[in-house]
Amino acid sequence: MASTKRRWRPKLSEKFIEVRNLDFCRGSRHIFKNLNLTIARGKITAIMGTSGTGKTTLLQLITRQLVPDRGQVFIDGVDIGKLNLRELYKLRRRFGVLFQNGALLTDMSVFENVAFPLREHTRLTNRLIRHVVLTKLHAVGLRGAADMMPGQLSGGMERRVALARAMVMDPDILIYDEPFVGLDPISMGVIVRLVKRMNKALGITSILVSHDVKEIMEVADCSYLISNGKVAASGSPEDMRQQLSETVRQFMHGMADGPVPFHFDAPDYEEQLLGRDEK
Amino acid sequence: MQQTRTVELGTGLFVLLGIGALFFLTTQTTGFGNYAGSDTYEVQARFENIGSLKPRSPVSMAGVTIGRVIKVEFDSDSLEAVVTFILESQYDRIPDDSDATILTAGLMGSQYMALQAGGSETYLEDGSEVLFTQSAVVLENLIGKYLFSSDSGDKK
Amino acid sequence: MLREIYQALLEFVRTFGALQLFFLRLLRHSPFVFVKRFRLVVFQVYNTGVLSIVLIVVCGGFIGAVLGLQVYSNLKRFNAEDTVGLFTAFALAKEIGPVLTALLFAGRAGTALASEIGLMKATDQLSAMEMMAVNPIPRVVVPRFLGGIIAVPILTAIFTTMGILGAHLVAVELLGVDVGAFWQQMQQTLEPSDIYEGIFKSVVFGIVASLLAVWEGYNALPTAAGVSRATTRTVVVTAISVLILDFMITASLL
Repeated sequence: MASTKRRWRPKLSEKFIEVRNLDFCRGSRHIFKNLNLTIARGKITAIMGTSGTGKTTLLQLITRQLVPDRGQVFIDGVDIGKLNLRELYKLRRRFGVLFQNGALLTDMSVFENVAFPLREHTRLTNRLIRHVVLTKLHAVGLRGAADMMPGQLSGGMERRVALARAMVMDPDILIYDEPFVGLDPISMGVIVRLVKRMNKALGITSILVSHDVKEIMEVADCSYLISNGKVAASGSPEDMRQQLSETVRQFMHGMADGPVPFHFDAPDYEEQLLGRDEK
Repeated sequence: MQQTRTVELGTGLFVLLGIGALFFLTTQTTGFGNYAGSDTYEVQARFENIGSLKPRSPVSMAGVTIGRVIKVEFDSDSLEAVVTFILESQYDRIPDDSDATILTAGLMGSQYMALQAGGSETYLEDGSEVLFTQSAVVLENLIGKYLFSSDSGDKK
Repeated sequence: MLREIYQALLEFVRTFGALQLFFLRLLRHSPFVFVKRFRLVVFQVYNTGVLSIVLIVVCGGFIGAVLGLQVYSNLKRFNAEDTVGLFTAFALAKEIGPVLTALLFAGRAGTALASEIGLMKATDQLSAMEMMAVNPIPRVVVPRFLGGIIAVPILTAIFTTMGILGAHLVAVELLGVDVGAFWQQMQQTLEPSDIYEGIFKSVVFGIVASLLAVWEGYNALPTAAGVSRATTRTVVVTAISVLILDFMITASLL
């Protein structure tokens, strides 16, 4: 671990992650066109957008699970496109990722799930691993569920376990992919509180991908709204609310039709109903 | 931990079972090792025609298997088949004027070599040769002969 | 029309090439996993082998029994019942044992491997591992692949043994073939090389069946439909490959 730390000595610039001129296509669909954004160190940054704008894709590009067609991603000033697999895996140890549905390994107990990164990457003794894992589970309030299997947990609990797992290696960056989706209000409140606490207490840079405006307003320091493959607006959530741009207003206030059309691209309605397009 | 123990125990048993099965297959279903540890001596015999005799075909005397063919070669000088076979050392009093015949086990069975005792006072030993041999009965020839003779029978 | 055939052919060759590259990737990681992660391999031998054992034992026994019965009733016409042992053992050791074990393995363990890996993919578990800087190929795929390779030859040996014992039961105990003749005929004609041929085949089939199972799982579309398609394809593709390979190996060894 020591060598990792040396290699990635923090330069303490404000920009922790910088995305520059990013282009990405999936098949014939242009998902990102010349996308630029920066994520500040030690802050909670929210990335918003309607379903299908490629928010998850953006996370995968930032962590280089996907390779962009053009453009670069810098983490701590290092172009991750230039890293080989070994360096990339080293870099990824600094990330903690909370997946949409938790993505716990289903053939292991909760305890083993949280212990998994430790067992894979460190040579800690069983006693030490036990200590670390129970501490992290306690932080998310699930120390009592250590021996349960992921299948026995509710959605909210699963996500909390996944959060404990994401934290277990003490990452510098925590990425939350849709952490609020499909949760009851109580679980939602718990997760919101946890996200805040991780950031404030440990100074972890957090990236929050979501479209739950209310929760984002509550936790995020800064937010980006992505629309049509570009950053449509950015700023603190309060600023965003005040913005007059149509796109932003539509999103923030949840209006059905606007610059983001209600209808998906389709041939003319009348023509199609009358069958004139069948030739 | 208990679960790990079960897995390891089960896997160990499984592999042992596999080795057992393999051992069964190689030793019980084949003639493997029937003569492997025991002492043997090599004898040769020349035949005009050996039919379908092959290495590992049994060699028997009075109906008892006492050895096995190990090599079948063709001698291009004398235009004969040279069959090398091994006999178990415990059968060391086989007269050297015994004759060797190639017979078929049953109508469709495989062929084997049968030795018929002679009357000599000297015995076969390692490297000696059986001089009196009788070729294999080739079924096709027999049938041919039979058809031929029945043909001529009709003409009479 | 021609264009479609051309496209399909191209796609087939591409998939085939990708499969080879995937195979090489697995092989590259195999020594490391085998030495350093032997526990994971043992667990998968258990998963694929030990849990298939009941199926293999029952099927082997009954196939041997039915073979014995059929061969007996046909050979009786030539008064050659004594060769029942020979014929069943010959067929089981060289062909039926390796081929049927591979097919049963594909149905029991191959589908389980494919759907397990496919579901791990569909539920983001593989991506989660990637993000925890754990390469899922050596952690998830290779142990399953190696476990299958170890399990299939062992299962084949057990299947063949059970088959011969099943034939023995029917022919000797029920139909009254002489015990001595049953084993004697078998031992006189069957050679160790026949057994080795069966072992060789089972090793090849083990590699093919395990490879195809993990390949289909790893490349499954991450949806419910994709996973179910992957399990179906595992059985179909394994069956076809095993039968074609069986023919090729037999032809080349004759």
